[in-house]
Amino acid sequence: MDVLQAYTGQLLQGALMTVQLACAALVCGLALGLVLAACQLSRHAWLRRPVAVLTGVLRGVPEFLVVLVCYFGLSNLINNHFDSAFDISPFFAGVVSLALVLGAYSSEVFRGSFVALERGQLEAARSLGLSPVQTFFLVRLPQAWRIAIPSLGNLWQSLLKDTSLVSVVGLEDLLKKSNMAAQASHQPFMFLMAAAVMYFCLLALSHPLISALERRAQRPYQAHRS
Amino acid sequence: MEAWFTDILVLLQDNRAELWEGLVVTLQLWATSGVAGLVLALGLALGATQGGPVVRRLVRFYGAAFRGTPLLVQMFLLYYGLSQFEWVRASVAWVVLEDAFYCGLMALTLNIAAYMAEDIRAGILAIPAGQTEAARAFGMPSGTLLRRIVLPQALRIAAPALGNEVVSLLKATALVSTITVFDLTGVARRLSNESYTTDALVLAGVVYGALTLLISAGVHFLERRRKSHAA
Repeated sequence: MDVLQAYTGQLLQGALMTVQLACAALVCGLALGLVLAACQLSRHAWLRRPVAVLTGVLRGVPEFLVVLVCYFGLSNLINNHFDSAFDISPFFAGVVSLALVLGAYSSEVFRGSFVALERGQLEAARSLGLSPVQTFFLVRLPQAWRIAIPSLGNLWQSLLKDTSLVSVVGLEDLLKKSNMAAQASHQPFMFLMAAAVMYFCLLALSHPLISALERRAQRPYQAHRS
Repeated sequence: MEAWFTDILVLLQDNRAELWEGLVVTLQLWATSGVAGLVLALGLALGATQGGPVVRRLVRFYGAAFRGTPLLVQMFLLYYGLSQFEWVRASVAWVVLEDAFYCGLMALTLNIAAYMAEDIRAGILAIPAGQTEAARAFGMPSGTLLRRIVLPQALRIAAPALGNEVVSLLKATALVSTITVFDLTGVARRLSNESYTTDALVLAGVVYGALTLLISAGVHFLERRRKSHAA
């Protein structure tokens, strides 16, 4: 147990890195997901088809492979075409790859929730004189968000677990730190177990956050009913 | 673009034996852990719905532990973690635990079983209680009740979710390359390291994509057939 204590700081640093990576990928991924969903709902086939292929490919390929291709691919790209002007950090590659994966999955969720809105609401918004942008932010997004939250919560959990893949390309996240401690102390079981417990706690901590978001998005509807 | 395409073809030509072996390992892992996971999941789901309070709690703990931690950590724990203990290395189980392939297989099985058990449990709970009560009232023994009434319907309800698990299982197999197994991803990583390009990884991605398409088409086909039976 003394050994575990000696490395607690390192493990916590790793956990912080894991959370940072997950949050950065979440923000970028959700934004990408909204854009991809908008493309898939577009009237123009030249927008819909390529995006459908892109999301299909991203959802059909192992997340791990996406991480590897992003890291090594982006590094090669910069070495060959930009004279190694700057280095690709594992963190950057991790954000790009996890955001791509999350974007592909969340675009399906968003698409489903936008389709679930009643047509009459859009017509009502137009007859009230709302511009398309206003309609999007005041009518469509809040409601689609409410429908999407439970599925997005599941995606967030997968995302948090998938951050561990980025440790393979060298990001010093929770898993990498615990692997380093395991090697230094020759006690791999204990440190990997510690990592597992910490991942579990991170996920458990996000449960109440997700339910709070769900309740918040649900509030107008409950008030209306009572 | 064209030059790149030729590169990929040359790569495929030069390393086809190795890539094929990797593909076979991937498919072996996928099929074996899928079947073993389903069997284990059936047991877990029955434990969660029919078992006593202690069994229920144990099953719930199992599910939470395996669904609440990354698969990669589970794999590392089995392969690197267990070797820490002298008594594990001295035991008979070491023959299996020493081998990265079997460790990966075990981790995949234990992991997917936790997810599948949840799907099957939901299927069992979706069956109206009246059906079990009616069967009991007729004096049907519990075993027959499960075999004839509960499980066929529960599996039918759980089938779409189980199909999704089977697809994500294929993608999960890629992680065994981190514990030194040369599956499709493992071979692609080696080739990519040797050539300083990502061509091999992209090629592997194409193969995984095609396999995913095939598997989902198979799942859809089975589902349609099942529907025509039910109708």
